[in-house]
Amino acid sequence: MALATPQQRTDAPPAHPAGAAAMAAVVQDVLARRAADDGALLPILHELQDRLGHVPAQAVPDIAQALNLSRAEVHGVVTYYHHFRDKPAGRHVVQICRAEACQSMGADALMAHAELRLGCAHHGTTADGEFTLEPVFCLGLCASAPAMTIDDEVHARVTPRRFDALVEEVRSAE
Amino acid sequence: MSVTVYVPRDSAALAAGAERVARRIAEEAGARGIKLRLVRNGSRGLFWLEPLVEVRTAAGRVAYGPVTPEDVPGLFDAGFHLGGAHPLALGLTEEIPYLKKQERLVFARMGITDPLSVEDYEAHEGYAGLRRALTMAPAQVVQEVFDSGLRGRGGAAFPAGIKWKTVAGAQAAQKYIVCNADEGDSGTFSDRMTMEGDPLVLIEGMTIAAIATGATRGYIYVRSEYPHAIAALEAAIRHAEDAGFLGDNVQGSGHAFRLEVRKGAGSYVCGEETALLESIEGKRGIVRAKPPLPALQGLFGQPTLINNVITFASVPIILARGAVFYRDYGVGRSRGTLPMQLAGNIRFGGLVEKAFGVTLRELLYDFGGGTATGRPVKAVQFGGPLGAYMPESQFDLPVDYEAFAAVGATVGHGGLVVHDDTVDLSKMARYAMEFCAIESCGKCTPCRIGSTRGVEVIDRIRADHNRVQQVALLRDLCNTMVNGSLCAMGGMTPFPVLSALNHFPQDFGVSAPDKKAA
Repeated sequence: MALATPQQRTDAPPAHPAGAAAMAAVVQDVLARRAADDGALLPILHELQDRLGHVPAQAVPDIAQALNLSRAEVHGVVTYYHHFRDKPAGRHVVQICRAEACQSMGADALMAHAELRLGCAHHGTTADGEFTLEPVFCLGLCASAPAMTIDDEVHARVTPRRFDALVEEVRSAE
Repeated sequence: MSVTVYVPRDSAALAAGAERVARRIAEEAGARGIKLRLVRNGSRGLFWLEPLVEVRTAAGRVAYGPVTPEDVPGLFDAGFHLGGAHPLALGLTEEIPYLKKQERLVFARMGITDPLSVEDYEAHEGYAGLRRALTMAPAQVVQEVFDSGLRGRGGAAFPAGIKWKTVAGAQAAQKYIVCNADEGDSGTFSDRMTMEGDPLVLIEGMTIAAIATGATRGYIYVRSEYPHAIAALEAAIRHAEDAGFLGDNVQGSGHAFRLEVRKGAGSYVCGEETALLESIEGKRGIVRAKPPLPALQGLFGQPTLINNVITFASVPIILARGAVFYRDYGVGRSRGTLPMQLAGNIRFGGLVEKAFGVTLRELLYDFGGGTATGRPVKAVQFGGPLGAYMPESQFDLPVDYEAFAAVGATVGHGGLVVHDDTVDLSKMARYAMEFCAIESCGKCTPCRIGSTRGVEVIDRIRADHNRVQQVALLRDLCNTMVNGSLCAMGGMTPFPVLSALNHFPQDFGVSAPDKKAA
């Protein structure tokens, strides 16, 4: 996330519904099991995000202490990688591939359609918190373009109509 | 009689609905009282036919595709589980021309075996390479790789044997084998297919490398966009450990080798080997200056052999069949085969493994069948986002590292992305700069600043603001990026930009190509 807008939420309240105590417990659990591993920082951040939905800024000092790093170093790593988020995403994450192969089959138009349909720009979340829309650079489905994911599910040859059907499917599944 | 049906688990098949098809087949078989063994294989790489369902018959495997869940009852009615006739039937899988015309060495098992079964792997020549390597002196194994002519398949095409020799000769208490599985190039998916569809071949290749160089620990760095590949690798590693092919004493040889999967976090530049090592160490994925070479001071400062997935996956067959067997494929200094990936706007997209020397035209038309949209092909980008846009006049080039380099193009990781005549190459050139600006690690100025300036300059060219001067400025900027960048990110972003400008000047509003200055 080298060129993205810097985030300034170091003292924001915890957004996780389970609350600060539960979050701290998860952080301590992850650190206890992983801190001694070689090159432990990325696996730690991944597990935190998998379990909490994001890497809370409050966890940074604890991670830094456990790994004998400065808070700046940990913050630098969290913000460098596109994958890590410092606040929770919407309930569902939609990723649309923007790379060349998908562009050759209409990915730009698909992204424009998705923005219109969901009512949020890419990198944004819908007002109801239901969907976060993100660009992604290659899902490795380049022979079946354009490709996208909704949460853990991959979809190929996505037309605007198919996009609408997939979004509807997710909405109605709740 | 028990019936065996294959439904791929490759993500491209899943993206086309393979999971629902598999579930429907199991349900339907249950309802009809048919005893059926469902194997979740890798993909054959014929993606326009996915989900491609196969059935084992006495004559060989018979294919049906593309199958939707709604087709399943009709397939059973037609007796597809016994190889019965049906409008979706494609005949014997091996006889499908797209497959039959290929030379699958690295992808020999792809789509045929159960990716997670060590037993199935061994029944299809798996671990024959390792077994032979264990009877040889480590230096002989290195020599065999050297003699095969294998070059790094990640893009740089550096002779693998030289790298292996350097690591083998380094003195250190701890050495590492690292697999670069950060396949971020658009138009490439051969690494992903290998990890999902035949992960044991990668594990075997890395194990051979460990024994040859004296390394005892290995990491596979996989991008986070590939969750299915990560899951398949982790399962395959467990199974290889259980079967004694990984661990403290590989096949009772006294060699120890432990392997771990590390997940990337959405940074394209981590595909650059030194940035990748930084990332495994838990740092920002910033490129290191070389020297020191990773082979001498790599991961955690120790001697490290780092190769791409396909490089490692090529090693087992080289060891199993010998260097000469492999070297006999190919042309010039490009020896062996390359699993190429036909992508983008192409009718028959998929995986084509052929010996070097096949022409672009054969790939595009004989295999690919032209564009998916049915319009003329305008440009082909070969070798990922840092590869050149090639015009029709270059389609007769053979795929060969040197032949491509001679025209300013690059084979890269063997992926090609087809664009039809609706593409605007000035827009694609702008995108190349934009992508570089988003993904630059920021360490060197030509890449960090040059890419942003590049977007601005191309915007001015497109808007016809001082176009002639801006074109000169763009060439000058590209020159700085090529010669002044620390790694291929900034150093090769000018390839797509300048090739677009040189071959398609009309898209930039420039009338005649003002000589191929660059």
